[in-house]
This record gives sequence, C-alpha cells and structure tokens, in this order.
Amino acid sequence: MTRKILYLCLLVFALPVQASTLSIFACEPEWGALAQEIGGEKISLFTATTAFQDPHHIEARPSLLAKARNSDLLFCTGADLEAGWLPILLRKSGNDRIQPGKAGYLMAADHVQLLEAREKVDRSMGDVHATGNPHIHLDPRNILPIADVLTRRLMQIDPANKSYYESRLNDFRKRWKSALARWDGQSAAIRGMPVVVHHRSWVYLQNWLDLEEIATLEPRPGVPPTSRHLATVVTTLKSTPARAVIRSSYQDARASQWLQKQTGVKAILLPYTVGGTEAAKDLFSLFDDTISRLGKVAN
Amino acid sequence: MPAFVRQELELQMNLSKSFAVCAAAMASALGHEAALAESKLQPSLVVDLRAASYSQDPEEYSLPGFQLGGEGGLSDEGLSLGHTEFSMSGIFADKVEGKFTAVIHHHMNEVEADMEELWLQTVGLGNGLTFKGGRFFSDIGYLNNKHPHMWDFADEPLVYRGMLGGQYNDDGLQASWIAPTETYWRIGVEAFKGAQYPFTSIGNHNLDTYTVFTKIGGDIDESQSWQLGLSYIEGDSLLRQSGHDHDHGDEHEDEHGDEDHAGEEHEPAFSGDSEIVALDFVYKWAPGGNPRNRSFVFQMEYFQQRENGRVDMLHEGAIEESTAYKGRQRGAYLQGVYKFHPNWKAGLRYDRLFSDNSGDADILEEAGLASDHDPYRASAMVAWLPNEYTTLRLQYNYDKSSPVTDHQWMLQFVYGFGPHGAHQF
Repeated sequence: MTRKILYLCLLVFALPVQASTLSIFACEPEWGALAQEIGGEKISLFTATTAFQDPHHIEARPSLLAKARNSDLLFCTGADLEAGWLPILLRKSGNDRIQPGKAGYLMAADHVQLLEAREKVDRSMGDVHATGNPHIHLDPRNILPIADVLTRRLMQIDPANKSYYESRLNDFRKRWKSALARWDGQSAAIRGMPVVVHHRSWVYLQNWLDLEEIATLEPRPGVPPTSRHLATVVTTLKSTPARAVIRSSYQDARASQWLQKQTGVKAILLPYTVGGTEAAKDLFSLFDDTISRLGKVAN
Repeated sequence: MPAFVRQELELQMNLSKSFAVCAAAMASALGHEAALAESKLQPSLVVDLRAASYSQDPEEYSLPGFQLGGEGGLSDEGLSLGHTEFSMSGIFADKVEGKFTAVIHHHMNEVEADMEELWLQTVGLGNGLTFKGGRFFSDIGYLNNKHPHMWDFADEPLVYRGMLGGQYNDDGLQASWIAPTETYWRIGVEAFKGAQYPFTSIGNHNLDTYTVFTKIGGDIDESQSWQLGLSYIEGDSLLRQSGHDHDHGDEHEDEHGDEDHAGEEHEPAFSGDSEIVALDFVYKWAPGGNPRNRSFVFQMEYFQQRENGRVDMLHEGAIEESTAYKGRQRGAYLQGVYKFHPNWKAGLRYDRLFSDNSGDADILEEAGLASDHDPYRASAMVAWLPNEYTTLRLQYNYDKSSPVTDHQWMLQFVYGFGPHGAHQF
C-alpha cells in the first residue's frame, strides 16, 4: 500500500511542470476581466464565479481548491464578500504564494474607499459587512486605482515581463479615461433617477450616477424578499414613485416582476458584472450596457 | 446555572487559555509577536437541541453483528442536548491555524463533556503541503471530519455507528498534499495514538493507528460537481468494550469509568487488529452554481471492516470465556437531499449493514456479534433553514437495526452563534 502511494507521488512529480505563464485566480468576473486587460497573453486566468452566481454563497468546491493550489495570484473583492469560501481555499490550498501579506494576495476592496463602513454589525442587520459595502466595481472610477495595484503586483511576481504589463496598463488607462468621459456625457439623462434595488449591490453605481434609492426588495441585506416587505414597498412607491426596479443576473426575477405588475414601475436587469448580459463582454461594455439599459427607462 | 455547565465552562476557559498561550508561543517562535495581536481568535457556539420518540426502548437498541462503542447508539428519548459545541479558532502569524472544540451532550441520560478538537495546522506552507497535529477528526470517509450539526440527518449513518462508534477523533499527526493537477487530488496519511474507539490504548503511547486517504474531485459543468474518496484505517485493540454499558449505565455516575462497567452481566471485549476500507462519493447539483437557492446532493459511503483477534466475555473484570474471532463486516448508506427553496430541504437515506463474523457461536450470540440479522434503516427528513445559522429538522427512521421494527422520530434544532459559517464542500 505505502509503496503504491510512493509510486503515485513520483508519477505526479514527474508530470511536466505547468506552463510558465503566471496563473491568476480571480474570484469574480470583473476582476478576471481586469486581469485580462493588464496581463494579456502573459497570464493564464481562472475565474471562480460567473455573473449568474451570487458571490456571497459559493461552496469551496474541489475544483476551486485545485485552482487555488496552483495559482500565483489571488485577485478578489475582499471586504468579506467571499467570507464563506475564500478562507477555506486559503487555508486548505497549501499554497504559500497567495496568503495574506504576500504579493499574490490582492483584495481590490483594500485599495479603494468603501461606502457604508459600519462601527458595529450584528445579525439583526442581515448580511452586512463591517468593513463596508463590497460591490466596489460598479463605480468605474474605482477601476483605475485597482488596475494600478494589480500591475504593480504582476511586475513584482513576474519581473521578466515588467515592461509588458506597464505598457498594457498605460494603454488601458488611456482607453478607460476616455470611456469615463463618454459615460459622463451619456448618463446626463439618468442622473438623479429614483430607483428600487433588489439587494444593496448597487450603492457604488448609485453613488456614481446619483441614483436615488427609494427602497430595496430585500427586507434586510441578504434576506430574500418577503410578501410583507414587498407590500410596504408598494405603499412607498405610491407616495414616492421610481423609474425602475433593478436586479442583477444572479438575483431571482420574481420579486421585481411582481412589483412591476403591482405598480407599473419597470423591472430591469442590469449586467452587474462582465457576462451578466449578452452585451457585457468586458469591463467597457459592462458600463456601456448598464448606461444604455438605464437610459431606456429614464424617460 | 447548573453545576455541570459551570464546571464545563471553567474547563473550557482553562483549556482555551492554554490554547491561546500555546498559540502565542508558536507565534513568537516564528518571530511574529505583532501578528498575534492582529489575529482574531474567533469564539463560536453551536447549540443542538433535540427531541426523540421511539417505539422501542432505546436502552435495548442493538446492531446485531456489530459492537456499539464510542457514541454509537440512539440519542436519548424525550428532550436532550445534542452535540453542543463551543469552539475557538484562529490563524496565528499567518502561518498556523488552530482550533479548540469542547462539546457537551446527552448520552445514555447523562450529560457528558468532551474535548473534541485541539489542533494546530500549517497554513500556506507551499507546494500543496499541510501538516496538522493535536486532537482532531480523521479525514477518512466523507462525514467523519464534519461536525454533526453540519450533517443532513439528525443521526449518523449505520456504518459510522457500527464501525467507528460514531466518529473517529484521536490524538495524532496528519500530513497531506494536494497534487499540482487540474483535477483536485489530495492524498494524506495520519498516525494516531489509537486511544479512542474503535481502538484502545494497548499499554504504550506509540502512534500505532494509521490511516491513508485520497480524494479526487472536480466540476462536470457550472452546475455539477463531485468528489470521490478512498480511505484505509488500521489499528489495534486490547479488551475493547462498548464505551457505554447499556444495562448498567445508570448505576455508574463516573463518566469515564469504562472499566467499572462490568456488572453482573457479561460484557464482550475485542482484542486484536481492525482495518477498514472506506469508499465515499458525493455529487452536487446547483443550477447555475447557486446552491443557496436550489440544490441536490447525492452522497454515499461504503465501509468494509476486517477484524482478527479474540473476543473475551468479561465478568466483574475477569475473563470468563474466550473465542478466536474473525469479524467480516460491510455496509453502506445512500442519501439524496433536495433543497427546493432557499429555506427548505428534504431528503431520503437508506442504510444497510452485513456481517459474516466467525468464532464460537454461543459466545458471539451472547456478545451481540452473531451474524443472524442484516440491519437496515430507511430515513426521511425535512429541514427548515430560516437563515444561515438556524436549522429545524424533523426526521423519521424506519429502523430495522435489529429484527424488531423501531419507528423513530426526531426533532432537531441547531443554532450557531459566532462568525459567518463556512460553505464547505
């Protein structure tokens, strides 16, 4: 028995060493897309979740453990968004490169100003994160500082391709800045628009576009909508009308469609992240599509 | 506050203090005193309350062909305390993870306290390697290392009850390695003192019980994933008795006095070598990869045990009769659990055991090891999960552990205080 296992070990060590590209484990599609922008062909990318998965509720599946074990860089949101599964991957992976404090541990939320940071959090508040709201990527102004940190980390881990990453960052920065200017112009009609949101996953988008949040479909963050709570939302909407009920691709459509039937306020799906709609193929088209979908209900 | 609870809390506090001291020593040995101040030692408490009703007397419960040791057996009738756990865990100096778990529960109408876990484990050592030492649950099988409050049924599968006395945890060391492969592949070895059921200390303090295990797993597509495990455990026993004497439990207040249990009746004791080969398989389906909304989990484990040695019948601590004994036992359970709503789960489970033990027929009969009945059980459960830290479960077992049919009803309430629950596979 023992001898057989030894042979197996030898066999595995004898397997060809993995491709020399830097391998990145991105927790969410938005960070996968950003890693692709900067890393180009010098990285191999694994994105752990899709736009149709709720990043709060992922299981630490064997496939994710295998990927975490072989990664050079872990690129996630942080701020406890992945609190249910990322700590398990970190602890069980036996990978020294991606542990906290190492260059291969990059939590985007550590590098931008978080909204809704709280002094005290308890269960009566629902699924809230003490460090702040983690859905930071929906303010496109947050993307550049994170791209900067990512590039520095890539250069640190893979110094041989320093200039490659640097030039890709410069190119990305130029394109992103012009996109920001374009979105500013396109969003004029949207600004100040009153909306109802499913989950408080849109605060950064609301902050960027000055959307006014009239109500949330969830009675408390992370708690699925209840009929009693939805009835109070209907009452609220009678006195304070909204233009749209916003949900993401991973949220159940039933509550917002019910509300549309009751109140006539349009239920719309926004991509939320890359891959959330047909059109949202990368970070640029994510915001293009978001603005275009909001624009359709603005007037 | 009842005296036993207070004593237990004091015990836990003392243990957790020494745990913190131990962790601090490790952290400073690693030269990261500052890091300890930052590391959070997270306390957590899981309360497990249950109510059970049986159509047969639970004190008379038996599993013909199998020895009921450790915590094997039924939970108490009426209201009782299940595995209520207090634990402290944390990561020190980014390098070492530690956990301490104390548990109190009702068993045979007595409240028992145990230190279930006290271990330290390396974190991010590199090359997929992890080492662990202390008291911990062995990684054999699928359910063995999972705390009972994480199980989908209120009681353990019969293979665990009949071969491991519930779950196997002991003092030992573990080394494991995740291969640098695309498909998840982990292999590990463990060495234990072998002082816990189904093994007994045989007069030395060597790590003479060992295990070897391997697990592979992966995704089929974004909605489906699987894991397959194979494990082996081997160890020795000297006069291994059932941990709890059903007929005399009430007369002995001393919780740990296993030796005192030989009363007027004859108590069987096994001496010899035991080995178990276990195969486990889990398949999970969650549409779009969102197990929170809807999921289906199929799970099965198959155990095969060989025991070679002798069975002695003890009377007042003295051996009265003996027989050479060959235990040949196998069994499996299959279960499917469907989560049809974010707050609701329902499941079915089927257990079956077989034995083909040989030895002196009369002695085996008296010892409850005669292979004249193949135990089986069918279970159904429904659970309400109003939030991530509360479970209310109703379970029914059609139990044919012994030839008499037992209709078993269980109501279980689990509530967790403490940090965000982990979504383990």
